[in-house]
Amino acid sequence: MCLAIPMRLVQRSEFTGTAELDGVRREIGLALCPEARVGEFVLVHAGFAIGTLDEEEAAATLAVLEHISMEDAS
Amino acid sequence: MKARSPYFDAGTVRALQQRIATGAARLGRDVTFMEVCGTHTHAIARAGLRRLLPANVRLISGPGCPVCVTPIDYMDRAVALARRDDVTVCTFGDLMRVPSSASSLERESAAGRDVRVVYSARDALRIARECPQKKVVFLGVGFETTLPTIAAALEEAEREHIDNFLVLSGAKLIEPPLRALVADGDVHVDGFLLPGHVSVILGANFYRFLEDELHVPGVIVGFAPVDMMAGVAALVEMLERGEARVENLYKRVVSAEGNRVARALLARWFEPADTRWRGLGSIPLSGLAFRAQFARRDAGRLEVTLDPPREPRGCRCGDVLKGKIEPHQCPLFDRTCTPETPVGACMVSSEGTCAAWYRHERVEVGA
Repeated sequence: MCLAIPMRLVQRSEFTGTAELDGVRREIGLALCPEARVGEFVLVHAGFAIGTLDEEEAAATLAVLEHISMEDAS
Repeated sequence: MKARSPYFDAGTVRALQQRIATGAARLGRDVTFMEVCGTHTHAIARAGLRRLLPANVRLISGPGCPVCVTPIDYMDRAVALARRDDVTVCTFGDLMRVPSSASSLERESAAGRDVRVVYSARDALRIARECPQKKVVFLGVGFETTLPTIAAALEEAEREHIDNFLVLSGAKLIEPPLRALVADGDVHVDGFLLPGHVSVILGANFYRFLEDELHVPGVIVGFAPVDMMAGVAALVEMLERGEARVENLYKRVVSAEGNRVARALLARWFEPADTRWRGLGSIPLSGLAFRAQFARRDAGRLEVTLDPPREPRGCRCGDVLKGKIEPHQCPLFDRTCTPETPVGACMVSSEGTCAAWYRHERVEVGA
């Protein structure tokens, strides 16, 4: 349940933004990560960015998540 | 996988396995390490890491799955809220099938009650915006990773004057059960694999109490085989040197300070309160309750008629959550209790220890 997924922030307003991963976009809350900049990777958990990470970290984290597999770890 | 990731490299895993074997042999005694994160439980079982460890290194799962540690009286209240005609209950999907004393949210939904599965507290807030005539209750279950997202949704509700958005707090904090497990002495823990994403919020410095007060080593690790094996190796080597430090091996995501904004928002809305854990009983100040000025958002204050409490018979989730027994030692495991017909919460959630064992380690123990 504490799974968090790196996504790229592609657009933002004051409290919300749009994050993208593999062409899938979703609206996320930015209240917990107000400093996140467009173009940066954010760690998304339960609809909110909870931290930022660089591209290399994001790629490493994604590789792990692909392995754990989305369908059996909710 | 698109590219070979260094975090899965078989050679690295073998080298770590060797390091662990060498260190454990020099230690010359049995040691037990506990992970306290449902995602670790799942990842360890899936990668088959237990098979790579020497006989004197045991890896057990602790109370790290929020769904599993949610006590039955919370589920009873959630079911009772769902039965009120003026209430819409919004929940993470994992809670749907957790048995309450006499029902489950899934059964209430099938009976026509308004129960909705959401991915985020923000989804529940949107439903509240769209249905002003209903009280929309979000089931706020989780650890420090999830709890700030609930506080953020509450903040948004305040800002937009969405007064019908309420939360039933089932919040759980990670520090009190770690202290309770060490103090309890039922299970001797020689080291902790600390949760990855909870630590994004709390920061590595948070765990100083392990070094300074409990004198038990800990490692913050990610979820790849190399991450987790490196964590076990670090714990073995700390024990060899007689050290009880906390090492952060997940620096690519976890900072020393954590997310201060998230913690401040959480503290604005909630204050520590005693709460019950399945299996561990009531632990002082291990949960979060609404601060008095926000009591109007507290769904725990709505009047409900509760079913008489009844724990499932024979279920040993409690002992599994404390690491006292392994799932196959429960008389119900793989007999009456399976992922299709779960009796206890540890089998319901995909991150539960019993579900992970059922899926990945069943054959090995011959159950």
